[in-house]
Amino acid sequence: MFTNFPFFPQQASEQAAQIDALYFFLVAVTAFFALLIATLVVVFSIKFRRKHDQEVGKAIHGSLALELLWTFIPLGITMVMFAWGAQVFFHMTRAPKGAMEIYIVGKQWMWKAQHLDGAREINELHVPIGKPVKLVMGSEDVIHSFFIPDFRVKADVVPGRYNTMWFTATKPGKYHIFCTQYCGTKHSNMIGTVTAMDAADYQAWLSGGASGGTMAENGAKLFSDLSCNSCHLENGQGRGPVLKGLYGKQILITGGQTVTMDDAYIRESVLTPQAKVVAGFTPIMPTFQGLVTEEQLLQLIAYIKSLGEAPSTAGTGTPGK
Amino acid sequence: MQTTTAPPLNYLNNGHGLGSWLLTKDHKRIALLYLFSITLFFFLGGFFALLIRLELLTPAADLVEPDMYNRLFTMHGVVMVFFFLIPSIPATLGNFLIPIMIGAKDLAFPRINLLSWYIYVLGGLFTLVVAVTGGVDTGWTFYAPYSTSASNSHVILAGVGIFITGFSSILTGLNFIVTVHRMRAPGMTWFRLPLFVWAHYATSLIMILGTPVIAITVLLVAVERGFHLGIFDPSLGGDPILFQHLFWFYSHPAVYIMILPAMGVIAELVQAFSRKNIFGYTFVAFSSLAIAIIGFLVWGHHLFVSGQSTYAGLVFSIISMFVAIPSAVKVFNWTATIYKGSVSWDSPMLYAFGFIGLFTIGGLTGLFLATLGMDIHMHDTYFIIAHFHYVMVGGAIFGYLGGMHYWWPKITGRMYPEGWAKFACLNIFIGFNLTFFPQFIVGYLGMPRRYAMYAPEFQVYNVLSTAGATILGVGYLIPMVYFAWSLKGSPLAGNNPWGARGLEWEIPSPPPTENFTETPIVTEGTHQYAPSHEVGIV
Repeated sequence: MFTNFPFFPQQASEQAAQIDALYFFLVAVTAFFALLIATLVVVFSIKFRRKHDQEVGKAIHGSLALELLWTFIPLGITMVMFAWGAQVFFHMTRAPKGAMEIYIVGKQWMWKAQHLDGAREINELHVPIGKPVKLVMGSEDVIHSFFIPDFRVKADVVPGRYNTMWFTATKPGKYHIFCTQYCGTKHSNMIGTVTAMDAADYQAWLSGGASGGTMAENGAKLFSDLSCNSCHLENGQGRGPVLKGLYGKQILITGGQTVTMDDAYIRESVLTPQAKVVAGFTPIMPTFQGLVTEEQLLQLIAYIKSLGEAPSTAGTGTPGK
Repeated sequence: MQTTTAPPLNYLNNGHGLGSWLLTKDHKRIALLYLFSITLFFFLGGFFALLIRLELLTPAADLVEPDMYNRLFTMHGVVMVFFFLIPSIPATLGNFLIPIMIGAKDLAFPRINLLSWYIYVLGGLFTLVVAVTGGVDTGWTFYAPYSTSASNSHVILAGVGIFITGFSSILTGLNFIVTVHRMRAPGMTWFRLPLFVWAHYATSLIMILGTPVIAITVLLVAVERGFHLGIFDPSLGGDPILFQHLFWFYSHPAVYIMILPAMGVIAELVQAFSRKNIFGYTFVAFSSLAIAIIGFLVWGHHLFVSGQSTYAGLVFSIISMFVAIPSAVKVFNWTATIYKGSVSWDSPMLYAFGFIGLFTIGGLTGLFLATLGMDIHMHDTYFIIAHFHYVMVGGAIFGYLGGMHYWWPKITGRMYPEGWAKFACLNIFIGFNLTFFPQFIVGYLGMPRRYAMYAPEFQVYNVLSTAGATILGVGYLIPMVYFAWSLKGSPLAGNNPWGARGLEWEIPSPPPTENFTETPIVTEGTHQYAPSHEVGIV
């Protein structure tokens, strides 16, 4: 009946090996100290077992040397844990330049994915192996969390903001996606499958999946359908700033601060335009809250990105319409 | 073991009838009121746990629907955390023993002490109403915006219960702090205080500083849910991460409210059953304060995957490492105390041995979660469930049961059947490990918490867990039976059945209402057994 009970998840990403190395170190430290303490307790309690009813222990009051020893040795070990963990964490939270972006939207209770070239899937995610993949994730309702145990990666998917995570898959195969932030009735149904494939297979899959244009093309269509283009003119004469070439730049806003023109800023500007108005413009833009879905927002972002950014990323749709 | 005739009047027979209990101002009687009520909640919470484990026997949701499952784990968490673990040791053993241990007749504010029990009961009634009218399904963590905007369950009612009960905690903490400052007997200097008192002093600091924050947090949830004021829900202009900061600002220190008193109990047990004073008294005493203080600065380690800034993550990670150090210092000092002691294997000491081993595992696995890169994979999996149950059950409940066995003769004047007590302890130890150890493995495999259904490859570990939980459940029932039986059928305990040193062992069992007929004069610290005091082994 129970023939399948692994002790470790598969190592199916570059990150997995790093995390497992850290894990084995932590397990070794834990095993050493747990066994040390258990052995000492057992040995002392047998060796110094009460011999007769009136016996009392020796009055030993302590030892500064020992106290310092068992303060600073554990402190040193935990600092190794901290530094090692921080180094792995930094690596995990900073996607390499040029990572392939896929956009994820979580909602009760499904995962929706959009690839830049337009392919879309639900509760499935196809990725190529050997190539860094960055997930940009938003939520339509409550907090979810996107977890691929065999890749050892996870990030909360929080409404109102974009969280990102990245991985490089190494082994073709199918792997679990679990939602790990409790999100209601069907939380344990909010699961899916990552399919990691060879680059060629992935290209074949992509060309079979895309139907309605790339994300940037869809974003461009929305840009005119929502009449964004009536103010954000390309010639600089509009009532809104020119968006071309702005992505990734520092921009000055009313009040004197600067913000980075990134996914989060675009999202905020569409939904709450008065929050951070570009310096020199009047706050006349209406909110699009309720008029665009989370997925459409991501298409708008993809479009604005496609208008040019300082270092171009692979896989972006053709700029300039 | 000597048998003395019970004094004509003690706190148990001084006044009869329900009124003499419900209107009592005696800290010992109030401790028993608490004992009775938290035991009810413990078995209620345990009943929910049993249903959870039975449901998880198979990967499908076949015993209960997912909606019911979600309510079960929420109610298990709410009941166990707020209505059992937080009050467990302080409100029962702490209430009973702190005045006696420092040579006082009662706590500083006896009426407030009684009030705190009534407040606890009122909060508990709200929770019972929630339980019988369909429950709440947010998880005990009440994360927004699920709790404020999405859940269709009794969130506000459950929040009100927690809000009210919080005041009981605050009043108890306040009472303990004032008592320790103002009511110590002549000669009972700070550094002669039993370590049990030090641990409760540190716990009380957390209670009065932390609890108001959870009260405000659940109030804000109720306000957002009831009046749609945007606080946490981004669609109303709020910030869901703000909720997590506020929630864990209390709820991480709350973990130390649960474990510090247990550490205090273990320090007493190790000394009494080794007949030896603690190794490194000041280090053990101050490590309690260090845990209480540093414990307030680590809450952000619950937010490593939330999108919190990387640099905030670094700060919270390193401070979380620091908070492990005083805990390690305690474990080493307890172990060193056994060295060259006169060690008895009475049942309370077995709980202390169990605590030292299990808390060591619980604490060290906490370091996995404080380690940034490691937590990403483990966050919200069964690894965390296993870790905190090693701390809460292997730690707090072992401490609670060990303390109950140690002081039961003092509280009731009766011994309990030692053979059964040893058997129950072993039973609980085995059941506990069988329940929770497999969860470390299935957690690393990636099984998420709060799943009514799970992938088939996780089943074998869940079957082991459920088997263990059954044994554990039986283990909890046995002491109930022999404790109840001991009230009538057991031999009298006498003043000091263990041959332990401390003010509580110098007065009759059960103690008279006023504890001491004349104020004791203290000339040395507790647990001084050896006739001549040798110097340390530097």
